[in-house]
Amino acid sequence: MSPLGNTGEKNSPEIDRPSMEADIVCVGFGPATGGFLTTLNRAWTENPADPAFESRVAPGLPIQVLCYERADDIAAGVSGVVTAARGIRASFPELNPAEIPMAAPVKSERILYLLDPIGASRRPWSLRIGDRILSSLGATLGVRDHAYDLPWAPGFLHKTGGLVMSIGQFNQWVGTKLMASGLIQIWPAMPVSHPLFAENANRTGDQVVGIRLTDQGVDKHGKPEQGFVAGMDVRATLTILGDGPFGPVGSSIDKRMGMPPGHEKREWALGMKFVIELPAETTLEAGTVWHTFGYPEPEIFGFLYVHPDRLASVGIFVPSWLDDPARTVYRYLQHFIQHPALWRYLKNGTLRSWGAKSLDESGQHGEPFLAGDGYARIGEGSASTNMLAGSGVDEAWTTGVQLAEAVIELLRNRRSFTQENLAATYEKRRRASWVEHNARNAINARNGFHLGFVPGLIGMAMAGITGGRLSLAAGIPPAYKQIKKNRVQSLKDLKRRETAMLAVEDGRPLHEAMMSARGWPEIDFDGKLLISQQDALLMGGKVQAMPGFADHVIFRDAGLCIHCDDKTCIAMCSGQALTLGSEGAPVFEREKCVHCGGCLWNCTRADAEGLTNIEFHAGAGGLHSVEN
Amino acid sequence: MSLHIVVCAGIVPDPLQTLEPVTGLKGPALKNEMMLPAVLDPWSASALYEAADLVSKNPASKIWLVSLGPKAKLQQVMMTIAQKLSFELVAIDSPTTGFADAHATAAALAEAIATIPGLDRSKLLLFGGWESASRGAGVTLQIVGERLCISDQFMGVDQIEMREDGSFEVLERVEGGKHQASVCTGTPAVLGWATGNLPEPRNNPQIGMANMRTVMPALQKAKPVELGESGLLYLSASLPSQQRQTRVVKDMAPEAIAQELVEWMGAE
Repeated sequence: MSPLGNTGEKNSPEIDRPSMEADIVCVGFGPATGGFLTTLNRAWTENPADPAFESRVAPGLPIQVLCYERADDIAAGVSGVVTAARGIRASFPELNPAEIPMAAPVKSERILYLLDPIGASRRPWSLRIGDRILSSLGATLGVRDHAYDLPWAPGFLHKTGGLVMSIGQFNQWVGTKLMASGLIQIWPAMPVSHPLFAENANRTGDQVVGIRLTDQGVDKHGKPEQGFVAGMDVRATLTILGDGPFGPVGSSIDKRMGMPPGHEKREWALGMKFVIELPAETTLEAGTVWHTFGYPEPEIFGFLYVHPDRLASVGIFVPSWLDDPARTVYRYLQHFIQHPALWRYLKNGTLRSWGAKSLDESGQHGEPFLAGDGYARIGEGSASTNMLAGSGVDEAWTTGVQLAEAVIELLRNRRSFTQENLAATYEKRRRASWVEHNARNAINARNGFHLGFVPGLIGMAMAGITGGRLSLAAGIPPAYKQIKKNRVQSLKDLKRRETAMLAVEDGRPLHEAMMSARGWPEIDFDGKLLISQQDALLMGGKVQAMPGFADHVIFRDAGLCIHCDDKTCIAMCSGQALTLGSEGAPVFEREKCVHCGGCLWNCTRADAEGLTNIEFHAGAGGLHSVEN
Repeated sequence: MSLHIVVCAGIVPDPLQTLEPVTGLKGPALKNEMMLPAVLDPWSASALYEAADLVSKNPASKIWLVSLGPKAKLQQVMMTIAQKLSFELVAIDSPTTGFADAHATAAALAEAIATIPGLDRSKLLLFGGWESASRGAGVTLQIVGERLCISDQFMGVDQIEMREDGSFEVLERVEGGKHQASVCTGTPAVLGWATGNLPEPRNNPQIGMANMRTVMPALQKAKPVELGESGLLYLSASLPSQQRQTRVVKDMAPEAIAQELVEWMGAE
């Protein structure tokens, strides 16, 4: 049984817990952990007799490396991307994309500015003038299907030489290679609850000494039931955090140790996409990449990536700086795919799968401590995503590689995993790399969007073209303050509000009703590509939740929720897992949750410390789609 | 009582995924099958959980899990299963897609079982699924039993109750939602499980770690088997009809909807 009881969680019940020891334990299996484990595994495979790789906890055996993944399969519940693949190709110089299902080399790239063919989007006057000019000069400028194909795009947006991929399939490909060696164990369906800390008298900070897995056989509140299995303590000399932007282990460490001065995660986006089987007669080739902006709202960027076998990933990003509380991403996505420029290719397609995830878009403004005593952070949770280039997978992979190189160096030099040693090896490598260089260029690139859409585009272009030397200055409020109430300023607004309230009385969610009242047409369901959000939960692998785990979305103070007028968490919930309960507070259904984390940054009720009223804990289940 | 339980458990594409039959060069297959995640065949999984329960009640007993499938897929499935209960894996590496001939599959399984070191056939309970979520004919387990010369066979089993004298009572599903109770004088026997009565065991990382000491070596030395040409010819392949049949009909009168529901229920 574990002698350690210090989890950093004051309310943890006192239970005798089993424990075991490993050398390295990783939290989360995504591209960053994939890069870490691939590099470490390769070094060991090249020379298994290297004494540096002898386990300290099991002398005579190779280093014991464990990885725990929350999702039910290493291929489940992630995202489809286009990536420059610079770091990935460095790890696999002979990479043949045909080996990875759904992967294709980037063949062509377009950037489309989408006009609003419906007239419902919230466009500022400056954009409306621009739209009119574009429409009137359409024939001359080549506007087609209400879309303007930009004749030139800055280099920082290009993914030349890159890959279109399904991250689920990429993870599966990487994971299979890793496990075949026998050194690495990747355990799916095993969420990690929080880190284990040990007080260290010699240092100012606290040392991370491992992780605690979640309890099983509990009710929704975490109370033990029949078949209770206490979450095991896994103690390790190094804990690798690859658990994403709102992972419970990373969040616990941030909560306990704070963030570097001036750093805060304030900018987010919810990415949602469909995987669509294109019609048999499609002319879109694998490797086709479109980036879009301007529709369904100016602030919403979109994409279309074409995979082999007539599959396409089509999606949008709804950012925190879209100030409207009616942020129903699923509905917006349905309008997006029906834009004439896309619908020309998607009509008569079949929806195969669907998915959503939150992206931390704070860049280096939200960078946490990259390493401490006994732990290091990689990937999106370490703020590796570059929002200027719209790129995260390759950066995440590369940070994993950098950490592995640092760990190998420390193992070979018989040095321990202290904050100083990890800073001198991992952090040093990262700071000197292209990931850091590009992140610095991007650090203020999106500030302008807090002044408006057009200033945002200008600021991005300035930062991109000047390598970050020029950008627009703007104050960035916390995400929960970026949501503004719908103000009734005119008779037209009042009529819209009244229409919406009537629809609510008829049983429709307020945010849906508000969109309809603003002029967005009802979705004409066809049962094939345009289906209800509830039906989407049943597509391509479906949303699953194993029994015996506690709810992972927690409302800290139900009273605050009851008195919340906005309830943006409900509007933003990707799986409609949050609904309005009879007592006026949101009700969470774990069985519908896709673990996108959208609710976390869409809660508008914060306490004095800036903590919102929703906690996102470790949870099992989620999407089972492998095409995402 | 010491039991030697061999569980034949195949892997199948996750039935929750979008499955689409296609005709390949070697006959019927599923579209992008290698892309789909695999799971332990649900019927076989029931057998495995029942075996674990028997072992917990008969501590000197042991489970061997015999699984035939593509090695990479077996490896991925084992990372989930190995956390749940203790077993020794006997892996057979075969590129089968599930449309393999039951006789050829059974021959490979029987050969693997016959050569398991330390297996005492007098203590043998051969478990497996009564049916399969793959495209099996539902006869593989019986043929394995025949090849191993085990004549006591029970199919559609939901329960086994061991007795102190070594005999056991078995409940087999029969028509009408009833069970047929049989008493067998003792091992060896073949039991093809229906769903059983046990829930899926919780994940236990310690069990997983212990299992990996044998699982990875078993996978590394998995014997490659080509099931070969059996003369089996598939005329066509189709998925079972879906439970959910979505139709979008607008402005339909409530009476007409009710009438359609009545007709549908009558047809079922």
